Amino acid sequence: MTSTELAWLIRRHGIEMTHLSGGSHIGSILSAADIMGVLYADILKFDSSNPKWDGRDRFVMSKGHAGAAAYAALAENGFFPTAELKTHYANGSRLSGHVSHHLPGVDFSTGSLGHGLSAAAGMALAAKKDGKTHRVFAVLGDGECDEGSVWEAALFANHFRLDNLVAIIDRNHMQSLDTCENTLELEDFALKWRFFGWNAVETDGHDHNALREALSHTAENGRPTAVIADTVKGKGISFMENDILWHYRFPHDGWEYDCAVNELFAVKPDGVDDPYTPNGVEKPVLPDENADIGNDHTMTSGYHPTWIKR
Amino acid sequence: MRDTFVRTLIEEAKMNDKIELITGDLGFGVLKPFWEQLPDRFTNAGIAEQNMTSVAAGMALEGKTVFTYSIGNFPTLRALEQIRNDCAYHNANVKIVCVGGGFVYGSLGMSHHATEDIAVMRALPGVTVLCPGDLAEAEAATRAIISHQGTCYLRLGRGGEKRIHEKPIDFKIGRAIKIEDGAEIAIFSTGAIFEEVAGAVEKLKENGIGPTVYTFPTVKPIDRETVEAAASSHKYIFTVEEHNVVGGFGSAVAEVITETGGAKLIRLGINDVYSTQVGNQKYLRDFYGISAEKIAERIIKECK
Repeated sequence: MTSTELAWLIRRHGIEMTHLSGGSHIGSILSAADIMGVLYADILKFDSSNPKWDGRDRFVMSKGHAGAAAYAALAENGFFPTAELKTHYANGSRLSGHVSHHLPGVDFSTGSLGHGLSAAAGMALAAKKDGKTHRVFAVLGDGECDEGSVWEAALFANHFRLDNLVAIIDRNHMQSLDTCENTLELEDFALKWRFFGWNAVETDGHDHNALREALSHTAENGRPTAVIADTVKGKGISFMENDILWHYRFPHDGWEYDCAVNELFAVKPDGVDDPYTPNGVEKPVLPDENADIGNDHTMTSGYHPTWIKR
Repeated sequence: MRDTFVRTLIEEAKMNDKIELITGDLGFGVLKPFWEQLPDRFTNAGIAEQNMTSVAAGMALEGKTVFTYSIGNFPTLRALEQIRNDCAYHNANVKIVCVGGGFVYGSLGMSHHATEDIAVMRALPGVTVLCPGDLAEAEAATRAIISHQGTCYLRLGRGGEKRIHEKPIDFKIGRAIKIEDGAEIAIFSTGAIFEEVAGAVEKLKENGIGPTVYTFPTVKPIDRETVEAAASSHKYIFTVEEHNVVGGFGSAVAEVITETGGAKLIRLGINDVYSTQVGNQKYLRDFYGISAEKIAERIIKECK
């Protein structure tokens, strides 16, 4: 399967999973879909018939709320049946909203932000001590980098020259209530990683060739690598893109689901089948004039005169 | 106690190449023998306990048995969620070591008093909680947690604690150790406060009281069998801990006795306050009612 096909399927599964479960975070799932597609199609070494194979690359989904993207990538690679994806959030399921290791192919459970890079650093340090040559990858959110522990890990990984460690930051510029820059200013983001000693690469997080290039050559200067993947929150569904609403909102029955499915269907790669709506939604409900599209839901969209001027 | 721990860990680590030690930049003069003798198994993670704890989890998931080391509340409360999510939930072989349980760092002030750690660690599913009471228990506990799969918390005193057990001890995680056979009154002690309890027992004997005495080097899992047996054969049980009376060792004993009935339970410890006094460990123990004298006085008063 190509990375393009896998990324499309991750998006399609993500829409279905959040739709069925009423689960949050579709915006994050969509922003990370290309990163996950490239990782699981072209970069990570793994053996789905032997998930604990010692030679595998380790992977930590530190932004555990985008767990659906990881679950979809794993299922499409044969770690468990794709039919199980529909149980996401459901009673008795193995697929909790945030990533759980009680599932083949998941090395580490996450959900509370700011843990994953440290754990990945521990895995990378252990690999070095044991003379193993696999790499350790962690996908972080940019908002996650508000957490101080991320920067503890950044200091640590550089200090111990963990050049087998790769952090991919899904730089979708948004977090829970607002843009990152309106929450806690992150720029100059790449420079921050460089000042922490990391090899920082800025790339288009939706350009598969660029991602492949960035993720293929990571250990060249003996330092850990941060790939800052510039992405769009909600990427691929026009009315979700760059709208903070879709951090929490899920695609409801009606125009939200129908239009999301059809937007994806329109760009479906030839080699893949839509597992849920083989022909798209044939008589889609369309948004009316009251539909919440293009409105600014960020916290700072309403100016308050007592706020400290920035 | 901490030197006994380090010496034991070095012995074990020389025989077991999976053992790793990470410190949060503490252990000056204490950990030197380890890093000199086992430099490749030692990591200073800097003053960054959250990262240290998750790093330990990551290493443990790669097959290591990882000790994290710091003092007071730094290896526990400061990294609590990392212990919960990254260590315990993953059943990772991380052994969290606190030097300075209770009032060890007396005059340094409340930031350095580990007085809620037992309660907090005990509340985490999958975490084994050990509070050795003397050097013999510290050595045995160190060895025991190495061969025990999963996340463990080892709460140590500092230095100077005596060896109270005279004979070699039969140490097992989850089992209390009998020190004295007595009647009517049983005293359960956990951790380094054992030296005060031993002093209290001497005073009680001078007053014609001969209590049964157990140390509980393991707080979780609590030794139900011993608690139940003592509760059914004694009139009073006193628990003694250098820790808040809320949620700690006395509470663990209370949870058993509440279900089984029997003896009246009286919990001695710090009465749900932060220490605002300045003073060394001895002074603070006495001020807060857990010195040998105060323990003996309280027992005599309660049993009149």
